[in-house]
Amino acid sequence: MRVTMHVDGAETAAEIDRPGESLLSTLRDRLGLTGSKNACEQGECGSCTVLLDGAPVCACLVATAQCEGREVKTVVGAVPRPVRDAFVQCGAVQCGFCTPGLLVSVADLLDREPDPTDPEIREALAGNLCRCTGYEKIIDAVHTAAAALAGEPR
Amino acid sequence: MPEPVETPTPPQWAAGGVGQSPIRPDAESKVNGSFDYASDLAFEGMLWGHTLRSPHPKARIRSIDTAAARALPGVVAVLTAADVPGKLHYGLIEADQPVLAPGEVNYQGEAVAIVAAETLDLARRAAELVAVDYEVLEPLCDASKAVEAGEFFRYQPVRVGDPDTAEAAVVVAREYEVGMQDQAPLGPESGVAVPADGGLVLHVATQWLHSDLEQIAPCLGLEPERIHMAMAGIGGAFGAREDLSVQIHMAMLALRTGRPVKMMYDRAESFLGHVHRHPARMRYEHGADAEGRLVYVKAHIVLDGGAYASTSEAVVGNAASLAVGPYKVEHVGVDAWGARTNNPPCGAMRGFGGVQTCFAYESQMDALADALGLDPLEIRRRNSLAQGDQLITGQVVEAFDPAKAEDGRPFSPLRDLLGRFDDIPVPAVPAGRDIVELPGGTGNTTHGEGVRRGVGYGVGLKNICYSEGFDDYSTARVRLELVDGEPVAYVHTAAAEVGQGHWNLQQQIARTELGVERVVLLPNDTKVGSAGSSSASRQSYMTGGAVKAACEAVRELWADRDLADGPVEATRVFRHRATKPMDPVTGQGESHVQLALCVHRATVDVDVELGLVKVVDLTCVQDVGKILNPVALEGQIHGGSAQGLGLAVMEEIVTDEGRVKNASFTDYLIPTILDMPPMRLRIVENADPDAPYGLRGAGEPPTLSSTPAIVAAIRDATGLPLTRVPVRPEHLTVGRPS
Ligand code: FES
Ligand code: FES
Repeated sequence: MRVTMHVDGAETAAEIDRPGESLLSTLRDRLGLTGSKNACEQGECGSCTVLLDGAPVCACLVATAQCEGREVKTVVGAVPRPVRDAFVQCGAVQCGFCTPGLLVSVADLLDREPDPTDPEIREALAGNLCRCTGYEKIIDAVHTAAAALAGEPR
Repeated sequence: MPEPVETPTPPQWAAGGVGQSPIRPDAESKVNGSFDYASDLAFEGMLWGHTLRSPHPKARIRSIDTAAARALPGVVAVLTAADVPGKLHYGLIEADQPVLAPGEVNYQGEAVAIVAAETLDLARRAAELVAVDYEVLEPLCDASKAVEAGEFFRYQPVRVGDPDTAEAAVVVAREYEVGMQDQAPLGPESGVAVPADGGLVLHVATQWLHSDLEQIAPCLGLEPERIHMAMAGIGGAFGAREDLSVQIHMAMLALRTGRPVKMMYDRAESFLGHVHRHPARMRYEHGADAEGRLVYVKAHIVLDGGAYASTSEAVVGNAASLAVGPYKVEHVGVDAWGARTNNPPCGAMRGFGGVQTCFAYESQMDALADALGLDPLEIRRRNSLAQGDQLITGQVVEAFDPAKAEDGRPFSPLRDLLGRFDDIPVPAVPAGRDIVELPGGTGNTTHGEGVRRGVGYGVGLKNICYSEGFDDYSTARVRLELVDGEPVAYVHTAAAEVGQGHWNLQQQIARTELGVERVVLLPNDTKVGSAGSSSASRQSYMTGGAVKAACEAVRELWADRDLADGPVEATRVFRHRATKPMDPVTGQGESHVQLALCVHRATVDVDVELGLVKVVDLTCVQDVGKILNPVALEGQIHGGSAQGLGLAVMEEIVTDEGRVKNASFTDYLIPTILDMPPMRLRIVENADPDAPYGLRGAGEPPTLSSTPAIVAAIRDATGLPLTRVPVRPEHLTVGRPS
């Protein structure tokens, strides 16, 4: 079965042989797009978060077969530069395995809520596990990114 | 040519040098998705490997039939113990773990057969077709019974004075239990073995390349020179990558098939495929005089090492030598065992034997304070070790700057840290709280009725680097050459960047020592000498020390040479001061290189009706000797504290007769951003004159002290004794009318 999607702005076709194949597996194993990570493949960690038609989803829980004609944005296409820069500058990246998924979730949050409070940040990122940072610097990075984006023409 | 740099004392920090927080070299690729973790690697013609594991904690293998698996189209190899080309066993300290089970299995999850196939799916299906005839046997799962039966990896006593006759005004005796914690790094175990010139290139994510090689080569029957170990990107470690996982299996499959073979565990297999933190049962008795000064401590400590040795031996040494914490006591009787059972093997996890006893001795200090009506900080102050005092092993607390002596009393690093809390107020209960800030959070379980606040402290003492006479060293090669007329330093080590920021630190050190701006890190591999493991909070000290020494040597060479005439290069091996083994009968001996202290204060809200806990604040005071990189250091303290919070209130691998019941992130919970409170840090620099830049290892101590602090705060809120971690809702609601 052939599925055509728009992945990070490019029309991309994948040939899949299992109806249940996950979008994460298609991205990583068939298309070689390894930016989205695989820490649980059960929808528990958020490492695989992508935007599907603009909405954040766990790519490990979405069947590729359902993605025909849809728009997929990974860490490569979903994240404004200032959000990435904020993670780098604030020390929000240690091993970085959680980072691509977190960045996509943060991009989505700031799109909906340009100046989130701490509780709003915690609620929005509750599905993204990070084992290294204790989350403090991730919260710093979200505020820093919000301030940087506010200074930019949106 | 720039002027050669004089040895600066104290060092003058170059831009991006030691003491600053330059951008880490791996940051950009980690935020743009291009950083290659081990699980991201792919090679032309690559096969996928998969492991068949035992469903039984103990069984004899009568036969294995691989015919059906081999017959599946797309399956290229199915291997069992009979196919291991070299030695049948491996291990970090003792080679006792079978590469593939040779006729019996000793824990659930033990590897029995391996498969290579064209896809991962096929490899998994083929593994299911391997028919293993097991004779199921009764497992030994009770660590105390194992010890009684003589099944243990190590017994280590500590004896000082006469603990049995010493008289005390107050005695507290309790039993404590620590559940089995998992490191749960987010990056799964993974790697690729690539055949090359009669040998192999192994792309692995490991904490210690050279130790892997030493264990892998004999099992493959290959000379180590024929195996090139190349570090792949590491998605966190915390001890889980100290023991081998995929390494020998993928190498065997690559040798057999002549094709690159990738192995990658899913989360369930990851829980079975690496060692965990030792669960512990500990019986403690503390006796003190009427002022709360410790007279004696007796401790009976049983750590469950599971089926194979891993690092149990060293974990027991830590548990025994650190069994009473940073407190002065004259009479000591400690007995510590690492039991051999049919439970999952346990080994290294951040804190390494220090975590379990810390929970017990800190709980005991609080119990004593309670019995005497003393403040928890005061009882710790009265018992703090000071310069010149001895640990229970006889090791003398090192010298500090004499200027720090307090009114004629020798300086006590712990009293120093405890005093810092005077200026940090406990957070006030805010009026009109958002419901998400209450226990239960968005679950909307309370509006504040039944919620009690509590405050508690925890102190942790951790040894830094390897102890007990281990010849620990690290190697660094540094080359300085002109590139486009500008001096560039190339640094080559085998040290694992597990996320802690060690690559960044190497660059900082080279900038500081050489005064150059550009520092290029060569890939970590086995073409340079061993760096030792990224564990025991040792890499800043050890590989930091090696890079510093190599830079100093390069600087000397550079003084007599014009770089235009060619590059200068130096390789240096760095060793810390020698340590001694613990005496097998008395436990005495200068067994540790360096000691580090950390103190937490936790503030919690507990819904005493539902048993829900919300940690609302964690304040941490830690002595790091010298701050090398403020941002990275804070990140270590935050992350270490989070793992201690996990052990306090949520994380435990639950086993039932040796079977793991919760091998998933659905059932094994690690702290989310909603569970972690905001943290306040006070970082103290009591330099260690023996260590590079005066630093003290910083990664582990916060993992020790946050757990007892949080549990003490929950006790304060509930009045319950709480002698087991993780504390679960049912522990908080027992005896309450429902
Ligand atoms: S990999 Fe998709 S949520 Fe964990
Ligand atoms: S940085 Fe390692 S999991 Fe988040």
